[in-house]
Parts: sequence; C-alpha cells; structure tokens
Amino acid sequence: MKPAPFDYIAPRTIAEACSTLAEAGGGATVLAGGQTLMPLLNLRMSQPFILVDINKIAELKGVSRVAGGIRIGPMTRQCEVLADEALARDLPVLVEAMSHVGHHQTRNRGTIGGSIALGEPAAEMPAAAVALGASIEVRSIRGTRTVPAEQFYAGPYLTVLEPDELVTGLTYPDWPQGHITVFREVAQRPGDFALLGLVGALVIDRGKITRAGLAWFGMGPTPIKARAAEQMLRGRTLAEIDSHAVAERAISDTAPFDDHHASAEYRRTVGKRIFARTLREALDIREVA
Amino acid sequence: MSKHDVTMTINGRRHSGSVEARISLADFLRDEAGYTGVHLGCEHGVCGACTVIVDGNAVRSCLMLAVQAEGSGVKTAEGLAAPDGALHPVQQAMLDEHALQCGFCTPGVVMTLAALTGDEKKPTEEQLLAAMSGHLCRCTGYQGIRRAVRRLAGAEAGGNS
Repeated sequence: MKPAPFDYIAPRTIAEACSTLAEAGGGATVLAGGQTLMPLLNLRMSQPFILVDINKIAELKGVSRVAGGIRIGPMTRQCEVLADEALARDLPVLVEAMSHVGHHQTRNRGTIGGSIALGEPAAEMPAAAVALGASIEVRSIRGTRTVPAEQFYAGPYLTVLEPDELVTGLTYPDWPQGHITVFREVAQRPGDFALLGLVGALVIDRGKITRAGLAWFGMGPTPIKARAAEQMLRGRTLAEIDSHAVAERAISDTAPFDDHHASAEYRRTVGKRIFARTLREALDIREVA
Repeated sequence: MSKHDVTMTINGRRHSGSVEARISLADFLRDEAGYTGVHLGCEHGVCGACTVIVDGNAVRSCLMLAVQAEGSGVKTAEGLAAPDGALHPVQQAMLDEHALQCGFCTPGVVMTLAALTGDEKKPTEEQLLAAMSGHLCRCTGYQGIRRAVRRLAGAEAGGNS
C-alpha cells in the first residue's frame, strides 16, 4: 500500500520544528529515521496531516561528552552509535544492545531517538535507557524539560511526550571504567523483535556490588526496571549472591503478556532462567544450577 | 498536499522530478526514473528486496521518501556492472555460485553486498552473513547466497575488491 497524502516540512532548526509542531495542534508526526513510521504510513495505520522531517536538523546529531555523562543527539543513526569509539569504550552495553536493533539496512537509517520515542515494549533502546539511568530532554515552544527514562514510558508505544514536544537529547550518566555489562535477549530470528530480554550494568568495588542498573524488555507494557533485584544485589559480595533467588525477585517486578509468539508463562519461565544465567556469567560466579 | 522538486544522482546520472511528499524513494526510482531493478516486495521494510545504496549505505528504499533523497547519490542494481558489461564482483559471485532462483530478492541482496564489499572494505564472512539477515528469499535459496558470501569474504581477505 501507499501512504495517504500529507504535507511535508523539513525544518533546519529545533526552534523551527517546535513551532511547526505547536501550530499543527496534534496533527503532525515527527519523521526521524522512518524505519517504523514509514511502514505505518505505507500501511495507512498512521495518517498524519503534516510530516515534520527532522533529518536536516544538525543540532540533533552526534555524540558528545558532558559533565557526568555522555549526550547522544536523537537523530544519531543507529549505525553511528554502533561505530562510535567513545561509546564502545564508555558505554559498551549500549553498543551491544544496538547491534540487536533491526538489521544492517534499517540501522543505516534508523535513529536512537526514534527507537527511544517509539516506546516499543520489546525494544532494546528504551530498556537500555531505563537500566543505565538515562534522561531524555524534550523541547517545545513552552520550554525544555528533562524526563528520567524510567518515567518516560506510560504503556505500549505510549510515552509522556506531548504532541507539540520533540526529543532533543539523550544523556547517559557515566558508569566507571571496567563496569560489568549485562545483556541477553531471546528472539525467534536475529533482527526480529525480541520476545524478551535483559540489559544493564553492574559495578563491583572491593568484592562488593556497589551499583546496579538492570531492566527488562518484552516483559510488560513498558521497559521495566528490575528494582527489587537491583536492591538485592547492592552491597552484596559475590559469594553471597544466589542467582536463582535474585532472578525470582527480578521476575516479581514484571508484568508479561500473552501474544501469538509466546505466553506470559513462557516469558516468566525463560526470563527467570536467562536472568540467573546472565548474572552468573556476568559476575563469573559458579553455583549449583 | 504538497509537491516537491527533487534532484538526485542515480547510477551516475542526474534525475529531477516533481513528486508528492508521500512518494517513496522506491516508487520514484521505478516509476519516475525507470529503474525497475528495484523490486518492491512487502513495502514495509521486512523483505529487503528494495534495498539500494544511498550515499554509500545500503537502505530500504520503501522506507525513505523520495524528497529525502534530494541531493543524494543513489545506486541501484542497474548501476553495478561496468559500462562494457563486465559484472560487478558481487554479481559475478552470485552467478558463479548459482545464488539466485526466481530472482525477486536478488537486487536487494546484491546491493547490500555491494555496499559492504566496495572500495577498501574488508568485511568478514560473519559480518556479511549478519547483514544477509535483512533479506528474505521466498525460494529459500539461502545456501547459494551463503556460498556467494563466502567467496566474497575470501576474495576480500585476499585483497581483491
């Protein structure tokens, strides 16, 4: 199928984009990489009056170091995140998670901000943002606000973004050099939407876990922070960790659903197993399985 | 509904047109510019048949608007062979390894491989195979495509381009 007709505007500045969104009064849709929006337009599941293409806004692109963290422009392409040396060094789990987003061909157009703003519950980028404690800067003609990733998601494909707001920056706090990365997902085929997965980071200092950021994807209506498991891990020595007990607690925070790919029960069962195994592998601990 | 003037370079030749914003790059290439080597399978980014090279990168032409390609350099399967008809190394590998059956998915496969193996690039077999996950072959002729990939990765390792 072909998209329904729309007006097309390609602003060159954030200010111009925001005033267009404000004038459109909810009738506009933002086009970033288009790797999800274009299918929706082609299938006529989305029929905006105005398409605001933000691909020409230079200030929305690039990776930069800021005080206490790394800022990524939302229009940074997924392939650019994969190839970024600073990210590979400082936030390797984000790069690893990105390698599971779509396919080579879609990552050449798709953007990190598009993935964040879409809010697909089984997607890697929203969960990574929640796990790592990222914050999302959004702007409109009414002003700028910063939303913690954990508070950004309200439901499947539903965020707290107002129709006149644009995502203008993603800031990931620093994780110390040598932190431990956690990533595992279960998908039917590489590049397909994950059935479920787990992403995050852990910091060990003098034999104890001092910082933990973990989140699930595909385990509920939004990415879900594994808060109970994080609490259980913090302050523990590696010898004190029972991976099965932590996995049990981690599952208590989830709300998985049945769909035609997998039942909620399957997701809980597999989730528990991959959590325990991934934790053991990440921390290099052995215990009787 | 707005009409937009676009100019892009397709296979080394400049093309201009006036298009509705909703026209995809794929439809522009086929209907306006006549490059019917661009195959449209699913029109929602799943099958990979419409893959072309835009400014050096393999992308789905059904997931990009023609207006977005303004000023870009686009390459389709028609632009791969040399003017004297000599096949591109990717085309030759596909031919030698019998890597096509009905041929519908072939232009997309070829464009992804061409984007990843051109110039100084030396991809590994694993990298090429991973990129092949973005293409569906409904004949399930994947083994031939795998052999072509293996040949290309070997040729690249040997310093051939």
